[in-house]
Amino acid sequence: MIWYIARRILYLIPTLLIVSVIAFLVIQLPPGDFLASLISKAEETIDQAQVDALRERYGLDEPIYVQYWKWISGIVARGDFGDSFEWNRPVSDLIWERLGLTMVISLVTLAFVWVVSIPIGIYSAVKKYTIGDYIVTVIGFIGLAVPNFLLALVLMYVAFRYFGQSVGGLFSPEYIDAPWTLGRALDLLSHLWLPVIILGTAGTAALIRVMRANLLDELSKLYVDAARARGLSELRLLFKYPVRVALNPLVSALAWVFPALVSGSAITSIVLNLQTTGPLLYRSLQAQDMYLAGSLVLLVSVLTIVGTLVSDILLAWLDPRIQLQ
Amino acid sequence: MAPNVEETLLEVKDVKTHFFTDEGVVKAVDGVNLSLRRGQTLCVVGESGCGKSVMARSILRIVPAPGRIVSGEISFRQRNGETIDLAQMNPRGRDIRSIRGREISMIFQEPMSSLSPVHTIGSQIMEAILLHLPVSRSEARKRAVSLLDLVGIPRASEQLDAYSFELSGGMRQRAMIAIALACEPQLLIADEPTTALDVTTQANILDLISDLQADSGMAVLFITHDLGVVAEIADEVVVMYLGRDVESGDVDAIFHEPKHPYTRALLQSIPRYDSRDRERLYSLKGSVPHPFNRPGGCPFHPRCDEFIADQCNTIDPGRYTVGGDHSVRCLLYEPSAAAQNVGASEPPAPAQNVGATR
Amino acid sequence: MTSAPTQARDDARSASAEEAGSEGRIVVANQWQLIWWKFRKHRLAMLAGLVTLFLYTVALFAEFFAPYSSGAYSAAHTHLPPPQIHLIQETDGGPRFSPHVKGFTVQIDPDSFKRTYMVDETVAYPIGLFVRGEEYKLWGLFTLDVHLIGAAQAGDPVYLLGADRLGRDVLSRTIYGTRVSMSVGLVGVGLSLLLGVILGGISGYYGGVIDTLIQRTIEILRSLPTIPLWMGLSAAIPLTWPPLRVYFAITVLLSLIGWTALAREVRGRFLSLKTEDFVIAARLDGVRELQIILRHMAPSMTSHIIASVTLAIPGMILAETALSFLGIGLRPPVVSWGVLLQEAQNVRSIATAPWLLFPGIAVVTAVLAMNFLGDGLRDAADPYQA
Repeated sequence: MIWYIARRILYLIPTLLIVSVIAFLVIQLPPGDFLASLISKAEETIDQAQVDALRERYGLDEPIYVQYWKWISGIVARGDFGDSFEWNRPVSDLIWERLGLTMVISLVTLAFVWVVSIPIGIYSAVKKYTIGDYIVTVIGFIGLAVPNFLLALVLMYVAFRYFGQSVGGLFSPEYIDAPWTLGRALDLLSHLWLPVIILGTAGTAALIRVMRANLLDELSKLYVDAARARGLSELRLLFKYPVRVALNPLVSALAWVFPALVSGSAITSIVLNLQTTGPLLYRSLQAQDMYLAGSLVLLVSVLTIVGTLVSDILLAWLDPRIQLQ
Repeated sequence: MAPNVEETLLEVKDVKTHFFTDEGVVKAVDGVNLSLRRGQTLCVVGESGCGKSVMARSILRIVPAPGRIVSGEISFRQRNGETIDLAQMNPRGRDIRSIRGREISMIFQEPMSSLSPVHTIGSQIMEAILLHLPVSRSEARKRAVSLLDLVGIPRASEQLDAYSFELSGGMRQRAMIAIALACEPQLLIADEPTTALDVTTQANILDLISDLQADSGMAVLFITHDLGVVAEIADEVVVMYLGRDVESGDVDAIFHEPKHPYTRALLQSIPRYDSRDRERLYSLKGSVPHPFNRPGGCPFHPRCDEFIADQCNTIDPGRYTVGGDHSVRCLLYEPSAAAQNVGASEPPAPAQNVGATR
Repeated sequence: MTSAPTQARDDARSASAEEAGSEGRIVVANQWQLIWWKFRKHRLAMLAGLVTLFLYTVALFAEFFAPYSSGAYSAAHTHLPPPQIHLIQETDGGPRFSPHVKGFTVQIDPDSFKRTYMVDETVAYPIGLFVRGEEYKLWGLFTLDVHLIGAAQAGDPVYLLGADRLGRDVLSRTIYGTRVSMSVGLVGVGLSLLLGVILGGISGYYGGVIDTLIQRTIEILRSLPTIPLWMGLSAAIPLTWPPLRVYFAITVLLSLIGWTALAREVRGRFLSLKTEDFVIAARLDGVRELQIILRHMAPSMTSHIIASVTLAIPGMILAETALSFLGIGLRPPVVSWGVLLQEAQNVRSIATAPWLLFPGIAVVTAVLAMNFLGDGLRDAADPYQA
């Protein structure tokens, strides 16, 4: 097990390298020197000494790989992500809480997806080709076909039109900039359900289908008959054997459900105006605030990768066959 | 051991198990009779697809959907002396569950897939014990170790915590047998338990089953397509073709005086080391028909060398007794018709001779 | 069930039974016929296939299907709601079948400039099929002025699905959006397929270090959150680029990340086919590698690949829609469903004009249809299996 984890962590290194290169690309891609855009945007004139200092700090006159090295070593060694020009503050000041909230939303949604999709998937497989199964299948397909933001828009419209309230945000106005207290946490929870449902729909639909297909495969396996021939009751049999085995590929489905949730939360957050990384990234991209944007892309990706790693380890722990491979 | 060795343990009467699919009804088992006495071994033989596995599953009521028993009787004599009809039981009910694993156990063809990939061997044995016997977990564990020992798995107490993928094929089947024997059943149904194993392992497993049977006095219902295995272990034999018992009788009668053309053809298709040089092995003409296209009359008639036109393809033969408990489903042996058909067809010859003339 | 599929099945069966020597008509069906027979049994997939076909037809002949051109606007009809369509018109000669919409009067709130439209029962604008309207050039070649549906009298304000904030016809724009949105999926998947087949094929055929390398790359790409990445990369597309170039840049971006699923499918097929007896037999017969791939392996993979491609298109459509919705994908004057939905970006605009969400229904329909179609194709892709 230790070896398995060690190997997985070793695999992480090239992944992180690639991600960092992509994030750096995001910073570099916009045409022109970003200092130029900084100068043009600044309200008061910036003196030449300041510009030169920045030039020196980011290595703008040096070859691209030196720039990359300066950027990445600053992050790894000092936690220095550069400055946000729009906010005129270090990037690291801006992102941590939003990153935290992104992860909270994604993880809560993940839990929601699991709690909802597993029982429905089991039901759908056991009651194969019944009315209930067909209803679940159709709803699942629609859930997969509706884009997150469209669902968000429709739900917001319904809430506005029929309940006369404007939904959105993660906090009530009085808590937005308040320090963390129990009240703020509870307020967060009371606002969380809408984004969780919106984000979770597609994932739930996908996992129901995966669970149903897996379980149908397992239900026809001989070990199920063998356990039945031993005298086990149908319900205990179902949960002890085929469901248990069918859950394994579902854990590995985490590997793509989690990135998809983080990914989807970016757009949903923009529509619902949530205080997560999505809107910040969006605004920074529009403002060409590239260090902020690049850092967000990097950190969101890294957290997703770590989440995937955790799911892999979880799977190996659940299924003893994995470690052997 | 039961005082009366001859006592009938299981009696299957005209059982039909059909599968109701969208494309039509598949009559996997369409009238099978057999009876099995305590301590005996009954072999059911036939080509793949003849319904022998479904028949075995019908006894334990674990026929997969959309199959179900449509008629017939499966009388089973329980330990307490009561005889019950398994065919009438609710396949998901408590009653049948108290039979499964306790009175009747079953082992399957592929030992790899009949063990759970994510549970240890021990947990599956202990599950069977705890389900039926009033013992504590530690007692169950002790019993599981001695069972593994009994079936010849070395280092039993260690192997208890092994997963199925850590064992070899033979060891897995031994583990399956250990699970099946956990509650000392009266009847062991073995559904091609040695087919997936290599020949030496096969022999070991057969020996193991025979030894265990001799010690415990349980009856064995052995499903196989391998006539060599039948010759080695059977007391009684039932030959199946397309869901029917075409011939049944004791092992000597079947091997030395086969009556049904199908049985004879099966026996001829075994390679023999004393056959003449370069002699072509007999092979049955045609292949098993598609389940939706069951031939009318005697289901074997399209492939039969003794085919009687306008009779075999129209008349469904009954079971005719040809001496002792030897019976056969073939018009050649119909008491009244036999006389008029004598001219049309030679009386069936023993297998050894027929084999040489081909 | 009608008799046709049953018949087909019987044919297939007797074709296989024929070999067994039993009597029966001899029917030889090739792989594609078998796939078609199996697919035909899948009712929902058949329907989905027709819907998909319809959508691509609309995309191809958008100018004909749309009552107005995509840019036509009318300041007098901003946020005009979808009218009720009346089928029967009361005339002096009694009721007569004549589909029409009623006229309207408008009131403008002096404070908020909000327009309120009232139905005017006295005016009727008839609707017709194959009506003459604005001239257009179909595919830039043929100058025509026939539209499938529209106001029978050119110039009558008939906005069947309402108008947007500039008084542009939502129906027409959605129809024009079909062209861009559906083709982004197709072109993007085409590029993905190219990458996927080449890399997946190499990976599956050669195995070893190359395989490991490609597989690791795929895993890495799959573990990334795509939308933030797309956002970051597409924001880099210069605003000065012409629409066509933006369009291709976006499709390239989408396919750069989207090829992984297809590559996996191809590799999986390659691996399983490589050990099939007929491939080994061909190799033992001394057939050249390229020929083995093209003549022996490719035919049994094509159907699976078509199914996977169909299943990959919806993802592309959804991604394009999401990016354009945010304003960092395609940009006006290009009309795609995502660009149209941008008009409905906040609650206020939806509350004023809920019909602006109509392109969303088009997205859902397209994605649903292609998912069902792909599912049906995947089931039918292996016709030799039960």
